[in-house]
Amino acid sequence: MDASVLEKLKVLAESAKYDVSCASSGTSRSSRKGEIGSAAGWGICHSFSEDGRCVSLLKIMLTNSCMYDCAYCINRRSNDIPRATLSVTELVNLTIEFYKRNYIEGLFLSSGVVRSPDYTMERLVRAIKDLRLIHRFNGYIHMKSIPGASQELVNEAGLYADRLSVNIEIPNETSLKMLAPEKDFKSVFSPMKYIQQGVLQSAEERKRFRYAPRFAPAGQSTQMIVGATADTDKDILSLSSALYQRPTMKRVYYSGFIPVNSYDNRLPALIKPPLVRENRLYQADWLLRFYQFKVEEIVNDAYPDLDLELDPKLSWALRNPQHFPVDINRADYEMLLRVPGIGVKSAKLIVTSRRFSRLGSLQLKKIGVVMKKAQYFITCHELGAKTIHELHPENVRGLLIRKPAHKHDDRQLSILFED
Amino acid sequence: MLVFTYDKTFEGLLTAVFDAYDRRTFPDQLIEEGEILPLFCDETHAVITDEEKSARVWRGLEKKISASALSSLTVCWLSELPETDTLLFNYIRKAIDAPTSIELNFGDADVLQLSKIWKQVNNEKLRVIQFLRFQKTTDETYFAPIEPIYNVLPLTLRHLQDRYAGQKWLLYDMKREYGYYYDMEETREVRFEKKEKHLLSGILSEELMDKDEVLFQQLWKSYFKSITIKERINPILHKQHLPVRFWKYLTEKQ
Repeated sequence: MDASVLEKLKVLAESAKYDVSCASSGTSRSSRKGEIGSAAGWGICHSFSEDGRCVSLLKIMLTNSCMYDCAYCINRRSNDIPRATLSVTELVNLTIEFYKRNYIEGLFLSSGVVRSPDYTMERLVRAIKDLRLIHRFNGYIHMKSIPGASQELVNEAGLYADRLSVNIEIPNETSLKMLAPEKDFKSVFSPMKYIQQGVLQSAEERKRFRYAPRFAPAGQSTQMIVGATADTDKDILSLSSALYQRPTMKRVYYSGFIPVNSYDNRLPALIKPPLVRENRLYQADWLLRFYQFKVEEIVNDAYPDLDLELDPKLSWALRNPQHFPVDINRADYEMLLRVPGIGVKSAKLIVTSRRFSRLGSLQLKKIGVVMKKAQYFITCHELGAKTIHELHPENVRGLLIRKPAHKHDDRQLSILFED
Repeated sequence: MLVFTYDKTFEGLLTAVFDAYDRRTFPDQLIEEGEILPLFCDETHAVITDEEKSARVWRGLEKKISASALSSLTVCWLSELPETDTLLFNYIRKAIDAPTSIELNFGDADVLQLSKIWKQVNNEKLRVIQFLRFQKTTDETYFAPIEPIYNVLPLTLRHLQDRYAGQKWLLYDMKREYGYYYDMEETREVRFEKKEKHLLSGILSEELMDKDEVLFQQLWKSYFKSITIKERINPILHKQHLPVRFWKYLTEKQ
C-alpha cells in the first residue's frame, strides 16, 4: 500500500459517485471467529458528504475505462478523463483498513465495461470472492451486475454479494437506445431476472436445508435518471411500481440528471439538476412502498406529472376531498395513513393510544402529527376547525403552498447588535 | 411542599419510590443530597439507597410493564437530563397504580415524554456507532475518542464487540472522562489517573501512530472529498445529517 493508490482512489471515486445507492441494510450477520466484521441489518451511515448524501459503503469502481458510449455517463469512452484500474490487493486492503477504522459498512463495487460484459463481470466476481473467502470479510458487499452478463456469473456473484443491482437508467427503451446505443432493455432486465431466480431458489433451498448458501440476501435495487429524457413522472413511477411487484426488488433510486457531458446535444441543457422533482419522486416512491397507495392514484393520464409545489400525498388529498375528513378516533390505520401530515409513526402511535382514551388535537400535535397540514383533513372529538369541505380544496392549496421568504427591504435600516 | 433527597443513582430513585409508597406521601420534588432546598419547603425526607428496596420495586414493575418498557427506563436514565428523575418517578408511579400496562398510552404526557427521551438517547447511541473513528496505534490498539451529549457508551458496546471482535480497541468518552477497553476477550470500563496528550486532545501523537495510519487517514479524506457531487452541494442538509458537534473527532472533517 503506498501513495500511488491515493491518485487512483480519487479518480475511481469521482467516477463512481453518480451511483445513488448507498444502502447497507437488509442483511444481518453476526461476527464469527477469525472473520472480519459483521452486518448490522438496519444499515449504518458512517458519514455524509457535502451534498448531504450518505456515505455508508466504499463506493468505488474496479476500473473507470469503458467501451460503451452512453450519453449521460461520465465514463463514456469518448470522454477525455483520467482512467485508472485498481488491483484486487489494493481494493481488498482499502476495504479492510477503512472498515477496521469504522469509516465504512462495506464495499460498493462497480466497473466500466472492458472487453465484454462477461469479462468485466468475471473480474468483479473474482474481487469479491477474494474478499469473502481469502480475507474472510464479513461486512456488507453491494455489487453492480453488468448489463448483458451471463447467468452463471450472476449466480456466482449472488453467493458473495449481499445486494446486486442493475441500473435501468432510462425508463423507456427508445430513449435508452438513443442515448446508450450499446444497451437495450433486454440486457438490463435479464440479469435482474437471474438475480430474482437465484434469490427465490436459495430461499426455497434454505427451507429444506438450514445451511444452504444464501443468495444476495439483501435483494436487488436499481436506478433511473430523472430529467435526461422527456419521460413523465407517470412513466417513471409506473415502471417502479411494476418493479416493486417483483419479490426481490427492494429499492428503486432516482437520480436527478446532472449534465456531465454538456457537449452532447441529445441531452437537455440544464442549469441545475432537477432536485425538487427528484424529491417528489422519492416521496411518491414512499407512498407506494409504505402508505399502500397505488400508482394510478398518484399519477394518471389526467395528472401525468407530480405537483412540484406540494407533496404527492397532499395533492392526492386535494384531488380527492370525498375521503375526508377522517375521524382520528375511529378511522382504520389504512385511512389514517392517507391523511396529509400523518406518517407511519404517528399513525401507529394514534392506533395504540386511542385504546386508552380519545385523542384531542393537542395530543396529536405532541405525538408528532403535522397539524398545519392535517387540520383540514381530520376531526377529533373537540376539534371544530374548518375542514377541506368548508374551505374548498383550492383555498387549502393556497394556504399550504410554501410562500417565498421575505425579500430584504432596502428602505429599512438594519441594525446589528453585537455582543 | 414535600421534598425527597437522594443520591442521584438509579437504585436511589427506586428506593425513593419504595419510601413514598411506604410513607403514603409523594414528593413534589426530588433533589440530590446536599443540594440547596427550594423555597417553601415544608418537609424533607432523606432517602437512603437500599438494594433490597430498589430490587423489590423493580420486581413489582416487572409484573406491570414489559421488558422493553423496563429497559427504556434505564436508557432514559442515561440521558442525565435534569428532569428525568421526576419523570421516571411519575411514570413508575402511574405504572404501579394502573390496573393494566400504561406503556402504550401515548396520549399520556409522561409516557410520551419518556418515549421521546428514549428516542433521543437511542439516536445518540446510533450516532456514536456511525461517527466514531478509530485511529490505529503502534501496539495495534484502535483508539476512538467521542463526546456524546448523553452517556450512551454502555449502549454501543454490544454492537462494537460484535463488529470489531478481532481487534483491540479503546472507546473513550472525552466529556465524562471514562472509556471501555476491549482486549479481544472481554470489555472493561477504564479510567485514567494520569492523562496523556491524546486523552485530552483526542488525536494520537505521531510517535504513537501506526506507520500506515497517516496514509489511510489521507486516503479516507481524499475519498470523502471526491465522492461529493459539486453540482448538488447542500451545506444545510450536510450539517443536519452530520451534526457539527461530531466534527472535532471525525477524520474526514479535520
